[in-house]
Amino acid sequence: MSLLSNSAVEKNMDLAPAPLKKEKVKMKKGLQLFLIALPFLILVFVFSYLPLYGWSYAFFNFRPGIPLSQSEFVGFQWFKSIISNPTQTAEVMRVMKNTLAISALGVITSVLPVTFAIFLTEIKASWYKRIVQVLTTLPNFISWVLVYSVAFAIFSTNNGLLNHVLTDLGIIDTGVNYLASDNHTWLSMCMWNVWKTLGWSAIMYLAAITNIDPELYEAAKVDGAGRFRRIWHITVPGLMSTYFVLLLLQIANFINNGMEQYYVFQNAINKDHIEVLDLYVYNIGMLGTNFSFATAISMLKSIVSVFLLFFANKMSKILRGESII
Amino acid sequence: MAESILIKKKTKKEKENSRSTKGEIVFNFFNMAFFALITFICIFPFYYLFVNTISNNDLSSRGMVIFLPKGIHFTNYLQVLRLEGLGRAAIISLSRTLIGTILTVFGCALLGFIFTQKQMWGRKFWYRFVVITMYFNAGIIPWFIIMMNLKLTNNFLAYILPAVIQPFFVILVKTYIESIPAAIQESAELDGAGTMTVFFKIIMPLSKPILATITVFAAVNQWNSFIDTLFLMTDSKLYTLQFVLYRYMNQLSSLANIIRGSQGGSSISASIANMQTPTSVRMTVSMIIITPIILVYPIFQRFFVKGIIMGAVKG
Repeated sequence: MSLLSNSAVEKNMDLAPAPLKKEKVKMKKGLQLFLIALPFLILVFVFSYLPLYGWSYAFFNFRPGIPLSQSEFVGFQWFKSIISNPTQTAEVMRVMKNTLAISALGVITSVLPVTFAIFLTEIKASWYKRIVQVLTTLPNFISWVLVYSVAFAIFSTNNGLLNHVLTDLGIIDTGVNYLASDNHTWLSMCMWNVWKTLGWSAIMYLAAITNIDPELYEAAKVDGAGRFRRIWHITVPGLMSTYFVLLLLQIANFINNGMEQYYVFQNAINKDHIEVLDLYVYNIGMLGTNFSFATAISMLKSIVSVFLLFFANKMSKILRGESII
Repeated sequence: MAESILIKKKTKKEKENSRSTKGEIVFNFFNMAFFALITFICIFPFYYLFVNTISNNDLSSRGMVIFLPKGIHFTNYLQVLRLEGLGRAAIISLSRTLIGTILTVFGCALLGFIFTQKQMWGRKFWYRFVVITMYFNAGIIPWFIIMMNLKLTNNFLAYILPAVIQPFFVILVKTYIESIPAAIQESAELDGAGTMTVFFKIIMPLSKPILATITVFAAVNQWNSFIDTLFLMTDSKLYTLQFVLYRYMNQLSSLANIIRGSQGGSSISASIANMQTPTSVRMTVSMIIITPIILVYPIFQRFFVKGIIMGAVKG
């Protein structure tokens, strides 16, 4: 390694007497690098920035099939209708309630991966820890469609495992359809999410625990602190900063719950409580053909998320002196 | 006197030790049992699907197969391949995973590398230009409008092109390459190597760990992707396995028709007990989709872990 860098220094010195030429070479090199990157930058522009142009559809009364240029310009009518049209207000309020409730449950359950990591670390047998870690992260890597398929295999009416077992035990007489039910929809969505992500989210905390100075534990042991006091006074404070960053990111994403999970689990019965913002936008825009209203909601959502992100970032700067983005 | 105190102290300490060990044993036992339960909850559903796909379909549909397979047979897997559209969906899923992953890894690695080169024109600006897209998007409907205007609906390229550059991967690669001593690249350049030669011959071999990480991430994303088919594809020729499975679960009557269609004139003579049912088809297709992930996953688990930890440091 040192040999390489030595020769590099020497050759650099050889070039030194011609600074003008060097400057030119540098410029050319800079342009060349830019040109190599250009195709990729264009892709980013097309798929991430160009959709902003789609926002203009929110100001028209657009119907699929008719080009935008022939659609009627309606200004802020769609935005106003969120407040002025009572049925639409009620719809949006319902969807917002679902979105916020599911996100809030997500924030509450965010302590579970921390607990998972703390107690897993207490296990001495490393082979056991490794097996638990590998197997519990697996659900994170399957798609929501497959999660739904798993849910179907276990909870459906006719062939679900749970119904078979419960009827065999004589606890219930007829099959209960747990999936086509509107009881505890928010909670069950949250629990599926925990099932899928628990092991994966814990990885971050497991890594953070290994970074805690072992001498702290030794010292606490000498002072006579038991296992739980060591956890409470050393591990928990040691994890706080990681937890805090992830919590802020979660707040920044408070209204972005994505739609895949809710789309696959939705049905006519639970629709009222499962429709989060993203799913609602899909349902009214792609299925209901109220394209322009869906675009308006989409647009508002993006703007609100940016504000939430700035807010979370600001909080982080005030409380930790570091930004999260 | 002094001696006796010392002895007393010792015995007291020993007692404490033995008591705490006892408590510790109980705690350890419950702790390990608790994690065994969590692991069981995470894994059992997959095992349940598996034993049911290889068991007698009649017994399976009556809920008799829970822990052990009964009447083992593999006709489900053979029959399911004859279902209309499934083979095609498998080809689409495989090709988007293969092509998409290669392009994503190449694109993100190259862009990440270029962002480490100080001479690049407007390097900081372009880097931010890419990274911001991680936190901001125009929304799904505006995105759909653009895809429609670009004629990317019912077009295989819609699976590939939008996924090529992923800001998170670019950040991971850039951070990694920055940790490689710059002198290595400089000396190669002085020996006359151009940018691309440096990238292929020096940077890529040195960044194998991070490239492996993003390869696995990209492949899993492609394989699991579902929403893009839902939004963009109406042509059943472009359906992916995930999408076909979703349709099987929601259109029971049409699934029954498809099954009947595949069994008419079937040369594989399945006994009545092992005839396909909607349940058996759903479970078998699910297993086919999970298997690649289960196979590669334990090998790559450490890469995943590395990736998320590196991302956390940066994020």
